[in-house]
Amino acid sequence: MERKQEKIRCVTALDAEYPEKLKDYGDMPGCLYVRGNLPAPDLPSVAVVGARMCSPYGRIQAFRYARVLSEAGVQIISGLAWGIDSEGHKGALEGGTSTFAVLGNGVDICYPAGNRELYQRILRGGGGICSEYPSGTRPRKYNFPARNRIISGLADLVLIIEARERSGSLITAQWALEQGKPVFALPGPVDEALSLGCHRLIYDGAGIAYSPEILLEELGINCKKNIKSEQKTELGLASDLKLVYSCLDLRPKSTDRISCETGFSPQKTANILVELSVLGLVREIGRHYYVKSGGVG
Amino acid sequence: MFASVLSAVILGMDVHPVQVEADVSSGLPSFTMVGFPSAQVKEAQDRVRTALRNNEILLPPKRITVNFSPADIKKEGAGFDMPVAAAVLAAAGILSPDLLRGAMLAGELSLNGEVHPVHGILPIVIRARQENCRFCMVPEGNLQEASLVPDMKVIGVRSLKEMIRYLREPDAYTAEEAPAPVCTAEIIPDFRDIHGQRSLKRAVEIAVSGFHNILMIGPPGAGKTMAAKRIPGIMPPLSYEESLELTKIYSVAGLLSRQDPLIRSRPFRNPHHTSTASALAGGGRNPRPGEITLAHRGVLFLDEMPEFSRRSLEILRQPLEDRVIRISRINGTYEFPADFILCAAMNPCPCGYYPDMNRCRCTSGQITGYLNKISQPLLDRLDLCAEAEQVDFAGMSRRTDGEPSEVIRRRVEVVHEIQRERYRGENIQFNGELKGEQIERFCRLDFGSRALMQAAFEHAAFSPRSYHRILKVARTIADMDFSQEIRKDHVGEALSYRAFDKKYWI
Repeated sequence: MERKQEKIRCVTALDAEYPEKLKDYGDMPGCLYVRGNLPAPDLPSVAVVGARMCSPYGRIQAFRYARVLSEAGVQIISGLAWGIDSEGHKGALEGGTSTFAVLGNGVDICYPAGNRELYQRILRGGGGICSEYPSGTRPRKYNFPARNRIISGLADLVLIIEARERSGSLITAQWALEQGKPVFALPGPVDEALSLGCHRLIYDGAGIAYSPEILLEELGINCKKNIKSEQKTELGLASDLKLVYSCLDLRPKSTDRISCETGFSPQKTANILVELSVLGLVREIGRHYYVKSGGVG
Repeated sequence: MFASVLSAVILGMDVHPVQVEADVSSGLPSFTMVGFPSAQVKEAQDRVRTALRNNEILLPPKRITVNFSPADIKKEGAGFDMPVAAAVLAAAGILSPDLLRGAMLAGELSLNGEVHPVHGILPIVIRARQENCRFCMVPEGNLQEASLVPDMKVIGVRSLKEMIRYLREPDAYTAEEAPAPVCTAEIIPDFRDIHGQRSLKRAVEIAVSGFHNILMIGPPGAGKTMAAKRIPGIMPPLSYEESLELTKIYSVAGLLSRQDPLIRSRPFRNPHHTSTASALAGGGRNPRPGEITLAHRGVLFLDEMPEFSRRSLEILRQPLEDRVIRISRINGTYEFPADFILCAAMNPCPCGYYPDMNRCRCTSGQITGYLNKISQPLLDRLDLCAEAEQVDFAGMSRRTDGEPSEVIRRRVEVVHEIQRERYRGENIQFNGELKGEQIERFCRLDFGSRALMQAAFEHAAFSPRSYHRILKVARTIADMDFSQEIRKDHVGEALSYRAFDKKYWI
């Protein structure tokens, strides 16, 4: 393990390294405990936040948005939580630009513990973990809403992927509005509880993040070449595969339902689904529940 | 005077013949029992004495000693009343000791001299046949059960008086016209009743065809229990030897029906999730068969598997591997057969509705905690994972498919035959039992299936263990297709039913 990254530094508001962006607001911490790096001031950064228990749709989109943004050189900032946060970090790591996590506990503690691998990958990818709480501070639920102000403070734009009606992600959006940052929300199906928070935001005037390129445009980054690659619709599949593929959408569907809709035997459906998931076109979310993977493997 | 008669004690599943010896000699009147009798057996002296007196048989006021030989086995159970009574009567000169030669006796006495049925009569009678006994004398209530053994004269007695009478002239005994065994076998529910759930039904058929253990996941009320209850109905009927083997087990456990003791249908055991480890494995100082032994040759269904205590679940690991369970107690090690299909059912999360995010409000921590109640080694023994889907109204009202169990069973029988043919000379019968080197030998992949397997392997990063499980299941699917080779579509289907892996859940 790289010793240098293991070290936890304390960056005070008087240090040159202290993020310029945070200095504009009065309620920011006097010092940040940092492992790894802090976001580079000359690169744009976007906060990707959302529900911990998210749907496969949210998971896939968080990953896709973060990856596309990261590929365009945007630093992704999130909170290392389960669900959308984790997917955002993972997408960013795939995209290549460093990603940063702001924790609500001491930076020496990986919370949730199951994300330890991701924690290390963020550090190895040149990113960083920071927190306003000193080492050894245990995760407490009353600390988490407060750290959201740092997430939005460090970002130039906040993207909410999925949020229920009373969700912590909406607190981040609230902070962002107070800090004068643009807020974008990802639309979802209207009958899903997980879309309600986002739709509420959109109703209240947030931007509609209907494609990652919109966000790049908002940040003033040229992104023509990306739009083209997204418009590949013909996959060149055999007709059986195509039938099953077209029957899937972004909400989990069971093998049984798919076999009912296509009229194939369960054996054949199972076979085709395995083939499609090997091709990376569908994903198995839970046992025997499949969704389109939207081109993300 | 000295007399002795044969009886038997059951330890685990083994019958040990016990010589019950009695001696009546002069001395102060007393009744002593030696030869390691348990408290239950010691009580026999009071029952025997009182029962004799109530039948107007008076024992001489002499010193009576009863010995059980061999003396190093603990004698348990109430079955020793009748042999003790017979031996004492012979020793007291009321019966001729020669009458007891070559007779095996077991039965419990009540104070008025009636003979009550006891557990484990069938294995005792089988043992008596091996010992070349002349006849067995058993309680009338156990007569049906004892008569299952061919070529063995069995005398059923109702009372002490009858016992004495038939010991004196065993040839005078003719069994009363036994009422024809009432077929009390439960009616096994039929697969025809299940609408939809096509992939679940298919998975169950694969599991039964290859004797694989299966895990069913689905929301509450989706029909997991319904499907599990129907599994015995698609298994091939029991052969007579298997029936007898099962009847022996149930006889030892004291679970036989009086009227129709022979177990004809495959067992379906459904222990509640509060069951303790010893209830499942079998327990007690002198161990009795547990649920897994009672499920021998049938199905052990664990509903709500994560709700079982970890300790109870872990004991399943060794029997699933060895198909027998060995229980060690202070008196020795006992082996019980435990060759069953494990069928487990669980919800995908504590509330049961994941991945329906409108209904599931569990946190990821709760779900992980729920899944972590089942250990990975146990999951590794469940070859197949099927899903039971919530059936909507359209599915309920559309009365389609519903293949009857009969049809499925006929297919299963054919596949079993194929496997029996293939594994002749091996120490296994079914694909589910394949191990290590045998998998390499019997589950060869052709080019196409190898390519798919490799792609899937790289895509999902399986463990080597799950790789082997997929191969075994693919072998069964190929057998169901009457195919010698494992083709690509067989592997594809096996992959889709591949065992549950916690890592890919959340």
